[in-house]
Amino acid sequence: MSVTFHVPQDAAALAVGADAVAEAIRIEAGKRGIAARIIRNGSRGMLWLEPLVEVATPEGRMAFGPVEAEDVPALFDAGMAEGRGGLGPTEEIPFLKAQTRFTFARCGVIAPLSLSDYAAMDGWKGLARAITLPPAEIVDEVTRSGLRGRGGAGFPTGIKWKTVLEAKADRKYIVANADEGDSGTFADRMLMEGDPFHLIEGMAIAGMAVGATHGYLYTRSEYPHAIAVMEAAIGLARDAGFLGPSVMGSGRAFDMEIRTGAGAYVCGEETALLESIEGKRGQVRAKPPLPAHEGLFGRPTVINNILSLTAVPFILDKGAAAYAEVGFGRSRGTMPIQLAGNLRHGGLFEVGFGITLGELVNEIGGGTMTGRPVKAVQVGGPLGAYFPPALFDTPFDYEAFTKAGGLIGHGGVVVFDDTVDMVQQARFAMDFCAVESCGKCTPCRIGSTRGVETIDKIAAGRDVAANLQLVEDLCETMKFGSLCALGGFTPYPVLSALHHFPDDFVARQTAQAAE
Amino acid sequence: MTARDSIDLERLGAIIAAHGHMPGPTLPTLHAIQEAFGFIPEAAIQMIADAENRSRAEIHGVVTFYHDFRQAPAGRHVVKVCRAEACQAMGGEAVAKRISSRLGLDFGETAADGGVTLENVYCLGLCATAPSAMVDERLCGRLTPDKAERIVAETLS
Repeated sequence: MSVTFHVPQDAAALAVGADAVAEAIRIEAGKRGIAARIIRNGSRGMLWLEPLVEVATPEGRMAFGPVEAEDVPALFDAGMAEGRGGLGPTEEIPFLKAQTRFTFARCGVIAPLSLSDYAAMDGWKGLARAITLPPAEIVDEVTRSGLRGRGGAGFPTGIKWKTVLEAKADRKYIVANADEGDSGTFADRMLMEGDPFHLIEGMAIAGMAVGATHGYLYTRSEYPHAIAVMEAAIGLARDAGFLGPSVMGSGRAFDMEIRTGAGAYVCGEETALLESIEGKRGQVRAKPPLPAHEGLFGRPTVINNILSLTAVPFILDKGAAAYAEVGFGRSRGTMPIQLAGNLRHGGLFEVGFGITLGELVNEIGGGTMTGRPVKAVQVGGPLGAYFPPALFDTPFDYEAFTKAGGLIGHGGVVVFDDTVDMVQQARFAMDFCAVESCGKCTPCRIGSTRGVETIDKIAAGRDVAANLQLVEDLCETMKFGSLCALGGFTPYPVLSALHHFPDDFVARQTAQAAE
Repeated sequence: MTARDSIDLERLGAIIAAHGHMPGPTLPTLHAIQEAFGFIPEAAIQMIADAENRSRAEIHGVVTFYHDFRQAPAGRHVVKVCRAEACQAMGGEAVAKRISSRLGLDFGETAADGGVTLENVYCLGLCATAPSAMVDERLCGRLTPDKAERIVAETLS
């Protein structure tokens, strides 16, 4: 008999032994005379189940996980090759069933580099429609969808595109920002590894919309697997006519290439990223001019996050209304939220805006892996605020998070149990800023180092009240005196730690008084 | 003879020339040089500056800005341990401490015999299978101090 097995080759699955599992399946199937076809797909995003093996059956794909290589013979004994003995149908797993997957619909399902798999699941439909439309109508569709920048700033994507469309220039560029440096985020990586043509389609649509003929995908050197998949996908798409001088036979040109960063967090900031592609130090530019007017190599440039660009094919294919129908307030559509850190069910959860932080952590995430109470949840990466459980009713929405003194950023949610020391987390935020500062703005460059020193004094119980005031003042200066989010937002984790978890800080004072 | 003395200038020149046609060739050139030589040789800075018609100071500025570019060769093995928040939340600091003490190195150091370099990394994007590390090309997730020590020992043996 012949059986199809799906074993992810997503980096997170590889990190927990997916290659060994694939090899064990090949060997075990051979011993039993089963003709095994092993497909290396991306991840479904249920990362606590990785390596998640799926077996194709007439009733659909059946899930097994987490599988270890040494479990494989016993799993075969229990009927794995017939789809028995595991978690049942993958699509019925509550974590997956509860999602609204617009952007990640194919991720983990298809073989990442199969053009036929991609086309069979609505691939290229958005682009096929875009090439029939005048540029202004593509832009209008995106504007009406309500899509906002998924990198964190939440700026309306359609308005950004309109600005570039209306700019006059001999050349325009599309830049895809996959410099996903926030701890707790991995959506860009998963998408590039699991559904690479999707990003190519999104970039090509952007090119058609604004009249740009060349695109750059800027990603991280820490993502070698994603780079390899994207390189291969670009080659295949070009050979098949989806990239090149006449995209899908439209007579309109668009091509793209990858640029790899070199370990600088600040290059995720859009103007630093442009400097980096140009071969310079990744230092932030003052705005104006906006990149939409004078961006890469001085030309009008659309620079969008991967999750913004990959929302676009759905919008063009199904229409703006289908996208905008989902969401909350002014945050329309879905957000691929990444649940990470100390959680039982960590992974990628794509859902319409409006779900509360508490639902994400306690219901979807299943509470802490360690079984201890949740103490703090950092949302939005190293520049995001720490939320206490008291704020768990905050809905996942740009405006609601701003109002609660935080940000949603790129959608990363990192959970900590009650063993975390918030003084150390505040210190880490300052230290990270000091290490990664590009050096352009004094409050960020110097302030972060002074911040580390001052928090060290607090940790040692020295003049706690006066030093806390000093940290507050310093944060104020950084917030208003820095050009970009690195210096400007480092106060979020620091001040939220201080304001929501005062006991951790005051304990130092008491300890000192007791001496 | 050390790696520094034995730089093949012809090969270096060929790598720089091969990237000359690109818009913004500097980072791709530096990545290719580091791939070939294991670090950015001193001689490369002037050669890139000449090729791109930029100042030596500018190129030096680029090389030293980015954490990835090395000005001296790394050890034969490179161990990168994630120190960012998601890994911290899952006991990453205990993993980092164990690896550091097993190797007898602080983060950022290379062993005197050139056997291994220990580095921080701020996020490998494996945040739901934390704590994570990268040992040479191998990604490692769900680490415990014991598991990390075993992997490092296997790699070095």
